[in-house]
Amino acid sequence: MQISMNPWVWIGVFFTFSVLSFLYKDNPFYKLAEHVTVGVSIGYGAVIIYFNSFIPRFYQPVFQDGRIELIIPAILGLMMILRIVPKYSWLSRYAICFTVGAGSGMAIPRSMQASVLRQLEATMLNLSFTSGEGINNIIIFVGVLTVLIYFFFSKEHKGVFGGAAKVGIWFLMIGFGATFGYTVMARLSLFIGRVLFVLRDFLGIGLAG
Amino acid sequence: MIQIDRRIIYLIIALAMILPFFFQMGLPIPITKEVKDIYDYIETLTPDDVVILSADYSPSVEPELSPMFDALFRHCLKNDIKVIAMSLYIEGPGLIAPMIQEAATDYKKVNGVDYAFMPWVIGYSIVVMNMMENINRAFPTDYYGTAISELPIFQNIKNFEDYDLIVSFTGSSAYGLWLTFGHEPYGVTLATGVTAVSAADLYPYIQSGQFLGMLGGLKGAAEYETLIDEKRMATMGMEAQNWAHVIIILFIIIGNIGHIAISRQKKARS
Repeated sequence: MQISMNPWVWIGVFFTFSVLSFLYKDNPFYKLAEHVTVGVSIGYGAVIIYFNSFIPRFYQPVFQDGRIELIIPAILGLMMILRIVPKYSWLSRYAICFTVGAGSGMAIPRSMQASVLRQLEATMLNLSFTSGEGINNIIIFVGVLTVLIYFFFSKEHKGVFGGAAKVGIWFLMIGFGATFGYTVMARLSLFIGRVLFVLRDFLGIGLAG
Repeated sequence: MIQIDRRIIYLIIALAMILPFFFQMGLPIPITKEVKDIYDYIETLTPDDVVILSADYSPSVEPELSPMFDALFRHCLKNDIKVIAMSLYIEGPGLIAPMIQEAATDYKKVNGVDYAFMPWVIGYSIVVMNMMENINRAFPTDYYGTAISELPIFQNIKNFEDYDLIVSFTGSSAYGLWLTFGHEPYGVTLATGVTAVSAADLYPYIQSGQFLGMLGGLKGAAEYETLIDEKRMATMGMEAQNWAHVIIILFIIIGNIGHIAISRQKKARS
């Protein structure tokens, strides 16, 4: 065991325990860690945006290369910021309109293709009881159909329709169960990350892989 | 028993996760098809091929995703495949920089020749679209400020036609940006490494063939480490995770037994 002499590691350990102390109960150390996280994130973001974006993508092209057309998006950006000035906040709507319009135009056709049409295509499968793949395809087909029936609310869920909706609920529950299991796994992984940091980086304990 | 203080449960789970780091039992890590497919695909690539590894995540999910990035980066370097490391997230480059340096030193690879490290650029979907059309437009310089036109690795890398695989590591829906603006319009091969929370959402895209494969959570990273025979961060954590799962399952069983017993007592009284 060899305790780290790196002050940044000590700060990391302090904030790790400050955050974990919330599991016992809310306390000033947790609050401090929370506020520092927000402050550092914003400060880090502002500096990176300034040096990686504002300077090379606006300041240098406009003032050194003479690309004055870039002033137009800069004005839109300023209009967006005017949201914090009540008297001129209405100007931000024009910038938002431009962003929403351009963003929707770019994303909608491609998202339709990627997330709707291709997914529909993936449910058009060869169904058979003679092979493992065929049985899997039947499960996918029945799952898609019954879950869609469950979300169809214009007809009362009764009789055959109600039975199909119930099967749909079972598919949904299995899906939620899998998601919950994965979520537990994810949260544990985050804790494992902190344990590794404290044991290996701070205490310098050699751990077997 | 049903009214046990939640802090005692936290303590038991914490112990179940800390002790395995000292008493390893060497539990097996079975390989899933989704992980093996990515490994097999990279094995088919040649030294002239290009893999883009995009670390689209922030520190909040770093323990899950960094081991994946590390394992894939090392696999590519080991096979002399050209790698472009980048991030659509502002915190990404800072998180992967130490792993890139360590792996490059281990495999004696040179920045700008064997791999490239790109800086964060604002724009998310715009960055992806620019990369597909012209990488120089998306990244005029690398992470260290060198113009990419001066880097030997970019002599034959211009646009989507030169990318043999793109892997997005993400704890959000950033994989959707690569899918929507990369795979669908340009047909580039995609794979992803996601946090366990997102893993269940990815299966429809794997089944449809839009993603080649997926690394799901720490388990996915540990599987990949096993495949490349480099047991590092993820493998270390898997034993702790297995024991925590056992404890949680036991708690769920005990909790349900307690719930059923109380319900029966209430029924009997009424």
